[in-house]
Amino acid sequence: MAKMNLLQAINNALDIAMEEDDSTLCFGEDVGHFGGVFRATSNLQEKYGKHRCFNTPLVEQGILGFANGLAAQGSRPVAEIQFADYIFPAFDQIVNESAKFRYRSGNEFNVGKLTIRTPYGGGIAGGLYHSQSPEAYFAHTPGLKIVVPRNPYQAKGLLLASIRDDNPVVFFEPKKLYRASVGEVPEDDYQIPLGKAEIVKQGTDITLLGWGAQMETLEKAAVMAEKQGVSCEIIDLRTILPWDVDTVAASVTKTGRLLINHEAPLTGGFAGEIAATIQDKCFLNLESPIARVCGLDTPFPLAHEKEYMPDELKTFEAIMASINY
Amino acid sequence: MNTEKYPQGRVVHSPEYIDGLAVDIPILKILKQDGSLYDGADMPSIDQAHAEKIYKTLAFHRVLDERMIASQRQGRLSFYMAALGEEAATVGSAAALDDEDMIMAQYREQGALIYRGFSLENFMNQMFSNERDLGKGRQMPIHYGSQDKHYMTVSSPLATQVPQAAGYAYGQKLQGNNKITICYLGEGAASEGDFHAGLNMAAVHQAPVIFFCRNNGYAISTPSTEQYAGNGIASRGVGYDIKTIRVDGNDILAVLKATQEARKYAVEESKPVLIEAMSYRLGAHSTSDDPSGYRTKEEEAKYAQHDPILRMKNWMLAQQWWTEEQDKSLFDEYREQVLAAVKVAEVIEKPAIEELITDVYDQPTPALEQQLEQLKQHIKKYPDAYPVTAGRIK
Ligand SMILES: Cc1ncc(C[n+]2csc(CCOP(=O)(O)OP(=O)(O)O)c2C)c(N)n1
Repeated sequence: MAKMNLLQAINNALDIAMEEDDSTLCFGEDVGHFGGVFRATSNLQEKYGKHRCFNTPLVEQGILGFANGLAAQGSRPVAEIQFADYIFPAFDQIVNESAKFRYRSGNEFNVGKLTIRTPYGGGIAGGLYHSQSPEAYFAHTPGLKIVVPRNPYQAKGLLLASIRDDNPVVFFEPKKLYRASVGEVPEDDYQIPLGKAEIVKQGTDITLLGWGAQMETLEKAAVMAEKQGVSCEIIDLRTILPWDVDTVAASVTKTGRLLINHEAPLTGGFAGEIAATIQDKCFLNLESPIARVCGLDTPFPLAHEKEYMPDELKTFEAIMASINY
Repeated sequence: MNTEKYPQGRVVHSPEYIDGLAVDIPILKILKQDGSLYDGADMPSIDQAHAEKIYKTLAFHRVLDERMIASQRQGRLSFYMAALGEEAATVGSAAALDDEDMIMAQYREQGALIYRGFSLENFMNQMFSNERDLGKGRQMPIHYGSQDKHYMTVSSPLATQVPQAAGYAYGQKLQGNNKITICYLGEGAASEGDFHAGLNMAAVHQAPVIFFCRNNGYAISTPSTEQYAGNGIASRGVGYDIKTIRVDGNDILAVLKATQEARKYAVEESKPVLIEAMSYRLGAHSTSDDPSGYRTKEEEAKYAQHDPILRMKNWMLAQQWWTEEQDKSLFDEYREQVLAAVKVAEVIEKPAIEELITDVYDQPTPALEQQLEQLKQHIKKYPDAYPVTAGRIK
């Protein structure tokens, strides 16, 4: 075991992946010698050479188009988009190409070896264009997998699983936690399975569900609720697509209540999808309406970031409202 | 099809390559670093008053950048982006325009806005996201915008302004008001798809727009050698059949001259022009960046000798339009003004919480109204947790 922050865990996973497979390539804006603006790819160019870890021109559609071509050819590209806010120029390549390569060709061709890494989320005073959580746009796209780690241990295990998974994966990294989240991480190779949620804490009165940086919020809110005598079960979804319906449904069947928290705006956010499915699976077990604590239906603001965020107080309030329904 | 415009050419009977680097792209230089002019240089139209205004803009720009970087280091400001070493490119080009020409900036073009007379208070209010910020505290520092100054509010996603500039200019042309649009971008942004889309749209639809590329050698850590192959950004213009000029971006007279020509052409012919200004980003990309991770001090020192502001000062002194005493008192005065303005702006309150939901649409939707109401109730219940807004909720 070693103490690592989230960035070091990602760097370590990339190192292992590049070591084991010569066809694994890391590239993106400023990714080469500099190691990326957040330094997730530090030292990889020195170790594996300029042909396997490199800067690209500043063109996201080019990065993803290039990556799709590489993956179709049989290489294993790990493409970085510098901020998730800047993934949209590549939206066409991801949504129409990465996601549909296999289906449209009858599996004559596929880009399953592709992984897209990108820092997402707010809490860093980044305003409109350095704070977005765009997972729901991609979750509307069959053919992609979407993964969000919440700590260094997960980041390494989930990233290695994503790189080795035979489907294109969009891997959203909570940049707020890049340096803030430090933990014990095994130095050896290990994987955390995709598509499986993790029950972080057992409880009996309400299920709290989230992913990525918002897991801390849920944990803090649970501590507040426990003081009021409410026992919270906390689940980290980890994979947004395909998501682990069974684990969530089993938990809600037990607790009778569900609260979903995400940073992205409420309307059209992934919580809506979860709520609809769980309502279908657990209708007769529900003791109160499924609660959603999410970002507001506005672009991500700067001056009012704290007000915008679905923080622990808002979550605590929603827990109590569910319990007292 | 108009066959006259369809590519013709010299006929050959065995394959012959044409080579991008073989296109000879000249670079316009008028002013030397010591303040003297190149022999036979074609001067821009400029008189003493205009020169003074330009020089004062450069001086203010330098002071503003230095003071704001210092403020950021003191933790008073969250973020800043300076234009150290390349001020002449934006100021010189802005000085060639009509005050009502539209400016669509990337983000490092505060020089153009200073030239237009955007007030120091306005700069500060934006940077401190206070309630007097024209952008209502929504964007990070340096994302300025002003309808009054014909300066489109900056958007962070790179190069999105390029096709927009083509469209804006096309609209100006249809209105026949003889105004043009200038669109600034970096050589990094010129890699984006939007750059190519924008140039092509402008060329085909003959929009009176000046695409002004600041080629400062770096896009964050990526040197231009890893940004593009071939002969810079100017060669792209040629490919789209856009009249193109490459100019020494640290030579204020050359930039002014090139842009005056370009503006005249854009208005008279109603067609786009591309200007590539060759410069060097002397400072960090932003206050979040540290260039020592990707380039040497020696390299920076070499380019520091091409300081564009010093170059213009040398010329002004040689013209006897300026003195060292004037220079010193000007810089001192600006330093005091900026410091005083920081102190004022940083204590002005944040925008009211109501501003969270305005301007998402022309009118807040019922859902937004409801979300705001809930938020207010929540803040009233936990005022300590939301110190910025709690005291102001009725
Ligand atoms: C679409 C998009 N991708 C990435 C970024 C992140 N980013 C901000 S500035 C920058 C470098 C821009 O370099 P350049 O265009 O050369 O301008 P300079 O900073 O040198 O003035 C990058 C990659 C962004 N803002 N937008």
